[in-house]
Parts: sequence; structure tokens; C-alpha cells
Amino acid sequence: MADVSEKEKEQYQGLQKRYETKRPVLKNCLKAFFVGGLFCVIGQAITYFYIYFFNFTEQTAGNPTVATMVFISMLLTGFGVYDRIGQFAGAGSAVPVTGFGNAVISAAIEHRTEGFVLGVGGNMFKLAGSVILFGVFSAFLIALIKTLLINWGII
Amino acid sequence: MLPMFFWAFVVGGLICVIGQLLMDVAKLPPGHMLTLLVVFGAILEGFGLYEPLIDFAGAGATVPIMNFGNTLVHGAMQEAQKHGLVGVLTGMFEVTSAGISAAIVFAFIGALLFKAKG
Repeated sequence: MADVSEKEKEQYQGLQKRYETKRPVLKNCLKAFFVGGLFCVIGQAITYFYIYFFNFTEQTAGNPTVATMVFISMLLTGFGVYDRIGQFAGAGSAVPVTGFGNAVISAAIEHRTEGFVLGVGGNMFKLAGSVILFGVFSAFLIALIKTLLINWGII
Repeated sequence: MLPMFFWAFVVGGLICVIGQLLMDVAKLPPGHMLTLLVVFGAILEGFGLYEPLIDFAGAGATVPIMNFGNTLVHGAMQEAQKHGLVGVLTGMFEVTSAGISAAIVFAFIGALLFKAKG
């Protein structure tokens, strides 16, 4: 058993490649494009709502828009609709901020049975934590380098 | 107004296609894909390229998760201009607050309202 020759390994890998289900890349991309685009159109409508009724500018309206999108995400996740959208759209539902909201909210709902403090509180950022960690750390490095370069008068 | 909706749709859709390609062609798991996009957004803002994209595509640039990286750098730089190096830490979440606060608050409300299915 232990002596698997290189040839056998190669044969197995060839076999594996042949039976592996091919991912319909083009179809997936089209789905992601349309669903993701649709989320952004909804976001744009919310952005205009905040610009006209709450005196935000084009640059600052992004923040309340994101918050509203997360709220919509809570409703969709709670009623189990978001999972279905996710199965259809792949990255089209994961990349918009609603996907981030879904990751946080679904973890919170899922771990409710373990109690509110250890279950909900402890697991809320189980999935979304990596995005926050690497986002913050890379932003820290970039802002640090940029500030130093500005201070030294290079840029 | 209408062209803005169009460009929001196209740019937002294209960013999602990049995510889908990272998953299907580069075979990254969703978590890695999202992390990479956020870091990429932070780098774009570092070079000052993200704000023009928001001016051009509106929600097409602010709704995808890449915007998270952008707002982190943006807040940090804003404070850094006022207070120097300390500002990088104190300003980090200044602009991003909306997304994180909303996620925490609504996730807790969601956990109160809904029960897990299946």
C-alpha cells in the first residue's frame, strides 16, 4: 500500500481531472454580473434617496447606503431568501456588502441556540472576521506608508 | 441620473465577475476571494484611484466589498493629515463605521427575531 509509484500517482491525477465536474465559468460570470449589478442599482437608488432627502453628497452617501443594504440583507437572510440568491448568483451575492451582512447575520442566527453571550456574541464575526482583519491591517500599512512618504516630502 | 444607474450596474457587475473568476479560475474559496478584494480596494485607494471610481459609478463602487478597504484607508488618511502618524490608528474606522455598526446591530436584532432553519 505504501509503495505508490510516481506513474500510479500521475494516472490517478489524470483520472481525477477527467471526472472532476467542469465549472461553467461563463454562465457563472453572467449570473454574477447581473445579480451583482442589480444589487448595485438598488444601492444607487438608495444613494439618491439619501442625497435628495438627507443632504448627503455623492461621496458621503456611500455610508448610509451601506447601512441600509445591510438592513435589507438582515431581512433577506432571516427569511432564508439570501441563501437561495447565493446558490444562484455565487460571487454576485457575496461581493456586494449584502454578502458581508449575510455572513455576519447568518452566523449570529445560527449560533443563537448556544446562548446570546457565547453563541451570538462569540461567533458573529466567525466568517466576516477575516475580511475585517486583513482589510484593517492592509489599510494600516498603506496609510502608514503614505503618511510617512507625505511627511518626508516624497509625494 | 439614468447614466449613473447604468454605470452602477456595469461597474458593480464587473467587480462581481472579478470575484467569480477568482473563485472559478483561480479556485479560491469565497473567504479568500473577499479578503483579496478588500485588500485590493485598500491598495486602489492608496494610489488615489478609488474616489474617481465612486464619482464615476456611484453605488457600483460603494456597494461591493472593495469599498470596505477604500473607506478604511480613506478614514485613516483623513485623520493622518490632521494629526500625523497617530491619526492612522484613530481615524481607521471613522468612515467605515456605518457598515460595521450596521452589521453588528442588525445581526443582533436578526438573532432576536429569527430562528435558524433546518
